[in-house]
Amino acid sequence: MNPTLHAVLDFLQTWWAELTCGVVIVAVVPLVAGYLVLMERKLMADMQARLGPMRVGPHGLLQPIADAVKLLIKEDIIPGESDKLIFWLAPVISMTAALTSMGAIAFGPSFQVARDINIGILFVLGVSSLGFLGIILGGWASNSHYSIIGALRSTAQLVSYETAGGLAIISGLLLSGTLSISGIVTAQQTQRVWFIFLAPVGFFIYLVASIAETNRAPFDLPEAESELVAGYMTEYSGFRWALYFLGEYANMIVVGSVATTLFLGGWLRPFPNVRWLNWLDVLPALIIALIGVYSVYRAGKQPVKIQTQFMWGVALACFAVALIYAVPWFVGPLKFVIPGLNGAFWFLLKVAAYIYVFMWVRFTLPRYRFDQLMHLGWYILIPLAIVNVFAVGVAMLIAANTNWNHAVVLLLATIVTTIATLVCAVFLVSWHDRRTESASTASLARDSYAG
Amino acid sequence: MGNALQDDALQNNSTLLGTDELVLNMGPQHPSTHGVLRVKLKLDGERVRGTECVIGYLHRGVEKIAENRTYQQVAPYVDRMDYVAAVSNGLGYCEAVEKLLNVEAPPRARVIRVILTELQRIASHLVWLGTHALDIGALTPLFYCMREREEILKIFEKYCGARLTTHAFRIGGLQYESYDGFEKDVERFCLDFERRIQEYVDLLTGNSIWIGRTRNVGVLNAADCIALGASGPILRAAGVKWDLRKAQPYAAYDQYKFEIPVGTNGDTYDRYMVRIEEMRQSRLICLQAIEKIPEGAIMGKVGKVIKPPAGEVYHSIEAPKGILGYYIVSDASTQPYRVRIRPPSFINLQALDKMVRGHLVADVVAIIGTLDIVLGEVDR
Repeated sequence: MNPTLHAVLDFLQTWWAELTCGVVIVAVVPLVAGYLVLMERKLMADMQARLGPMRVGPHGLLQPIADAVKLLIKEDIIPGESDKLIFWLAPVISMTAALTSMGAIAFGPSFQVARDINIGILFVLGVSSLGFLGIILGGWASNSHYSIIGALRSTAQLVSYETAGGLAIISGLLLSGTLSISGIVTAQQTQRVWFIFLAPVGFFIYLVASIAETNRAPFDLPEAESELVAGYMTEYSGFRWALYFLGEYANMIVVGSVATTLFLGGWLRPFPNVRWLNWLDVLPALIIALIGVYSVYRAGKQPVKIQTQFMWGVALACFAVALIYAVPWFVGPLKFVIPGLNGAFWFLLKVAAYIYVFMWVRFTLPRYRFDQLMHLGWYILIPLAIVNVFAVGVAMLIAANTNWNHAVVLLLATIVTTIATLVCAVFLVSWHDRRTESASTASLARDSYAG
Repeated sequence: MGNALQDDALQNNSTLLGTDELVLNMGPQHPSTHGVLRVKLKLDGERVRGTECVIGYLHRGVEKIAENRTYQQVAPYVDRMDYVAAVSNGLGYCEAVEKLLNVEAPPRARVIRVILTELQRIASHLVWLGTHALDIGALTPLFYCMREREEILKIFEKYCGARLTTHAFRIGGLQYESYDGFEKDVERFCLDFERRIQEYVDLLTGNSIWIGRTRNVGVLNAADCIALGASGPILRAAGVKWDLRKAQPYAAYDQYKFEIPVGTNGDTYDRYMVRIEEMRQSRLICLQAIEKIPEGAIMGKVGKVIKPPAGEVYHSIEAPKGILGYYIVSDASTQPYRVRIRPPSFINLQALDKMVRGHLVADVVAIIGTLDIVLGEVDR
């Protein structure tokens, strides 16, 4: 046999699962990201007393596809004075980082996209922060003032908020005692509690930091539309722009997954250890089937025939998925896939809820100014995160060396942490204000890039 | 102080990299310059060291056109200056020509003018609030504001058939009687509106990000306001109780009770509070006015051909954005010899440089928003 072919076959034999998963990620995540955009626009419309996209497909359900087609066939513009290679490379880096970090995430028990790396969380954090490189390079390569300001803002923001987010994650890692993603989820099952209840401060800090890391309002300063037009993306258009956009939304999924894994019990259903709640395992199939029933109900109300047909299609798809969920219950040899399927359902539900909070915050709050962003990061979040890590550690020590209830000690620790840190924060803020006031001329003297 | 030290250090220490001012060209195509304003920002990092406004992209020569049109024909042109407050523009022009002719609009016409102008003031402030909040990054208030503005525009549409450039008034009074159910429409809007204002207040007033973004941003004290000629909410936010509706009552404003809201610091937050309160006061004026609209004619004694005696007149009103003045010179012909307009936006825009120096780029956007300029009026 040809040795090259042999090597290829050998490679495929070893890595076929990972390769398949890679292909699935590249194929599915852009679609999911597109529909996240639609979800965002629909939610925004709902909160703003309007309808949102309604034209393409029933209730705008095909809008993401139309958008993608539009972006794909747009003229590809590279500014004349830009650094063309980096300009070309930057969005690719951004998106690749987001998609790659998706690889280590566990969507269900033994349902990990890549394999269960024992430093899974570190891998996800490390790779996903590479995405910032794409933003910085893109802003620099564009050779435009707006872009470079956006890139500079993004750099400072990354440094500040990755620190806070990382420290927040540590509180979760302390509780689980492992870096492996499936290990963290299993730890929450064996300890019979989601870590959000043991370290709510950590969760809160991670929530804020992850909004900042994904460049979303109220921390969307790198691309602040009303100030910098589009920040680092100003000179990008067409498909390159779409790659950035895709990267941003994929990144939302990644941070949502990390938060879900660490604090919200990963793929576990609510109360995974309570026997008499086992009927909850039927819910995923039921909910999907109900969505299908609702689609059938709505199909009759569509004004145009093709929309009725489309709704029927949606209904059929839902029924098909529900069937996939339901069949293993009745077919003995397939029973082993039930935890995986249900796990994926609960996991995605939690991620969606997390992303919903992102969107909700975006429609509600005005945007921070740069110095205020730094202020919040360095004077409040990072001290809070450090104290939180310390408190969780001390509480764990106390719980391990006494026979007091583990959870109660941790909750007490949380309360103490919160109060202590808030006092610290108030002190720091007032100290900071005094300092800047004594420097007279108030805001003139503050250099925001110095933090 | 800190900066002076920094600058010295930069000049004296040759090991540091040389730094230069970054000139950022904002506009004329920019999401938040409210039209075609172009501002050249001289930046040190993100700190604004100086600005240069370039205007004139929307210059249509309204004043020159007026010299070649009859008095009646000019009225639609002034609607197109401040196109979010067309009714106020029309009121100022019609009253100026009436002053020149020495006629007065009948009481009924004057009261209807007050109602429509106050509705327009609310509509103008709503556009300001929505876009200002959008500039600062709050997406949602814009849609709430537009929802209420829609109700006002519907009243205009029912009254005169136009929504934006209404040409609602005529020299000497009104062309159209109020339609059936006019009072009811206005009343329904006003009664509902208090609750709506509360929605904006809930979203913004107590929000710590909003306060952080607006308090002590773009401070313009009373002396500066007067020196620069800034008027309207900008002047009142600095604590000067000056409102032409009270100071030199025109139309029928002397019949109604209302307050002049004033601020204390003259910062962006005060201007926000002043405008919110002005919407409440305008609502009260409308409610008082629809209670008793006098019966009678709606058109004064004005001939088909308007030929004022030779002379000149200056008349100013309190438009939503500030003092709107018309200076008209007549040579006893059917066309004005010269029309000079004092647009509030143009004069308020002069304050921009003073307000933004030392602030960050993000504040420039907030300050342009708080000035409430309309480029159609700045450039005319």
